[in-house]
Amino acid sequence: MQHRKYPFIAGFLVLPVALYLIFVIWPYLQTIGYSLTDWQGQSQTMNFVGIDNYKALFSDDVFMTALTHNLLLLLFLPVITILLALFFAFMLNVGGRGAVGGVQGVRGSALYKVIFFFPQVLSVAILIVLFGAVYRSDGAGLLNGVLIKLNLVSAANPVEWLNDPDLVLWALLAIQIWAGVGFYLVLFSAAMQSIPKDIYEAALLDGAARTQTFFKITLPLLWDSVQTAWVYISIFAMDFFALVAGLTQGTAYGGGPDHHSEVMSTYLMRNFQAFGKSGYACAMGVVILLLTLILSAITLRVSRRDRIEF
Amino acid sequence: MTLLTSQEVDYTFLVQARPSKGSEMNSANPVNPDVNRRALIKSVTAASLLAVPAAGLLSACASSGGGTSTEKTGTKTETNPFGVNDTAGLDIVIFKGGYGDAYAKSFAKLYESKHKGSTAAVSSTQDITGKLQPRFNAGNPPDVIDDSGAQQIKLDVLYKNNQLADLTPLLDAPYIDDPTKKIRDVLQPGTIETGSFADGKMRQLSYIYTVWGFWYSGKLFKDKGWTEPKTWADFMSLSAEIKAAGIAPFCHQGKYPYYINVVLMDLIAKNGGLDYVKRIDQLDTAVWDEAPAKTAVEALYEIVTKGYLLPGTNGLTHIESQTAWNEYKAAFIPCGSWLENEQLKATPSDFDMKFMPLPSLPGDKLPFEAIRAGAGEPFIVPEKAKNKAGGLEFLRLMLTKDGSGRFAAAANSLTVLKDGVGAEVKLRPGTASTVVALKAAGSNTFNYNYPNTASQFDTDLGDASAELMAKRITPAQWLQRAKTAAEKAKKA
Repeated sequence: MQHRKYPFIAGFLVLPVALYLIFVIWPYLQTIGYSLTDWQGQSQTMNFVGIDNYKALFSDDVFMTALTHNLLLLLFLPVITILLALFFAFMLNVGGRGAVGGVQGVRGSALYKVIFFFPQVLSVAILIVLFGAVYRSDGAGLLNGVLIKLNLVSAANPVEWLNDPDLVLWALLAIQIWAGVGFYLVLFSAAMQSIPKDIYEAALLDGAARTQTFFKITLPLLWDSVQTAWVYISIFAMDFFALVAGLTQGTAYGGGPDHHSEVMSTYLMRNFQAFGKSGYACAMGVVILLLTLILSAITLRVSRRDRIEF
Repeated sequence: MTLLTSQEVDYTFLVQARPSKGSEMNSANPVNPDVNRRALIKSVTAASLLAVPAAGLLSACASSGGGTSTEKTGTKTETNPFGVNDTAGLDIVIFKGGYGDAYAKSFAKLYESKHKGSTAAVSSTQDITGKLQPRFNAGNPPDVIDDSGAQQIKLDVLYKNNQLADLTPLLDAPYIDDPTKKIRDVLQPGTIETGSFADGKMRQLSYIYTVWGFWYSGKLFKDKGWTEPKTWADFMSLSAEIKAAGIAPFCHQGKYPYYINVVLMDLIAKNGGLDYVKRIDQLDTAVWDEAPAKTAVEALYEIVTKGYLLPGTNGLTHIESQTAWNEYKAAFIPCGSWLENEQLKATPSDFDMKFMPLPSLPGDKLPFEAIRAGAGEPFIVPEKAKNKAGGLEFLRLMLTKDGSGRFAAAANSLTVLKDGVGAEVKLRPGTASTVVALKAAGSNTFNYNYPNTASQFDTDLGDASAELMAKRITPAQWLQRAKTAAEKAKKA
């Protein structure tokens, strides 16, 4: 049985691995290749320029600004999303009071689970249209309309959410958190539910309050899921293309008022398509890849803990 | 995905001994995590050692060779100067923007009627780069492209990569409505220059003759007793009146800096004259220190400082701001002459859209009637197109009275064909007022070429203009940024 198992498994794996190699790995290799040239994106004539593109990248102010923004997102997006998701998951699974065994969610948990997951179902294009209307910069925008009605903002000076250099990145961060919490809520919910109830019962018998239960029992047992979520959200924070490209000001993929919401991926696309500096853009792509790999590796290493088996 | 409540899950199976579940990332057994780490470091080192020699190979094998296209051509005759093969299909890609694509479908039918047996297929999109960049790279581009819009493939990039066919055969071909004339004789002045590149050959046909300026509602102005301001001082005092009447004097398409940048560059052009325009096109850095640029920027900044902007306009998209203007929330909006067609559904039937040139500044070298007018909406025939002859013939058919009339009726705009719109074509009020303005301008039209030759310079100027309108930089800082952008573009 052992000998016949491997060809059988390999037979099933051939097609998915081939697809992966052709559509994921081969483009990666091509990008690395192109990044060493001065390809302009519209034909196959180009010259080999070695690492000139990489040297130019590090003296490019706009790229450095974009990198800073990605790092800011990297700092805030995982933390806030995971904290919110953990809090909600805890509330919806364990946070209720007074049930048999003391372990149930708050009242209405089943309904909340559906509502909180709903934003995750919306595709990013819908998010862009939706939040374009919410953040619209005149009185017809949802936020501005409400603020004007409450007299917190004057109608002659509405808040230009997506046009204000100090607000734009945070406005986009808020959208992503709103859309992302639902998924991680479900992830943590599923993980929480696999924690045996007798552990909670034991804690309750010992007189643990809700917060103690959370930090001493739930969080450590959930740590694998939290680690996964952290890495996954970090990878997304290094990208963050769609919201910036769709919602912010500027020709060719936005970037916010004067590069104040620029991220590496939008700068890459602008160079790739609009400026005809496709080789340069590929170098950017390789840098993004390396940064993401290194950050993921560091995150995994730093957040490692002894696994508790139960 | 059904979420089980805590009561339903049976936990007994978990209590049994089983290998650790958990993160998919860490597949080694927890007793010796170092094994996994060592394996990781080993594989990373191995990969990086391979990377160095592979780099050279990669750049070579990264690019796949472009395909060769075989062109089917027929015989060249008097009536078929490009040798179009009637059995060959024609692949047309149109940018579906303010002008729509109904005109292109009309042209396709015209082509099919003149070349029996051929099929002309029109596909339209808003993402020209997204759809066509891969085809250019693979060597099988369409036969005719309307390369326009926010996702336009920059023409300077296509030119540098030898992807644009020379349109000189088109220029020397007979004009269908009067075969004694050549096409080059019946184009509006400036069309050939706009379409030419560094090697002096025309490689893009900018088909639509667009004018740029301020637009307002004739009905609103008649009701309130306002008249077109001819000088900037008049414009400012009229704006004060408009603001007092509870309407915002001015709005613009803030999300896309292109629009307000056109206003600024046009004010500069009228104040500095045609030589000044040429110097800006050549990326001369000294122009930004001279008076015309300074006068123009400061005049535009007055609109901001005096509070004449529609609140929130700096963040509105083109449709949002133009619709607000249609709803009488603002009096003036800058735009090109595609405005009427783009806002066809939103404009009230009695709006009476009117076009006016930009008001004059003191010391203007060009008269009030001078407007930015140019051939826009570039049509190109790719060098590697399968039916290049068909592409050229399609363009020639567009340049007939029949084609021009169809375009004016479908897209409410003028073409570069001289006297292309006969008296029998009924134009809407906006388009009609542009015809009047163009006649009044006569030879006093101008147009910039740097957007075609220096896209990054154009983007930098746009960014700066957006900051100016948001009151985050001063006119002096705008001038400094323009100068820096010109220096950077010159070096590139």
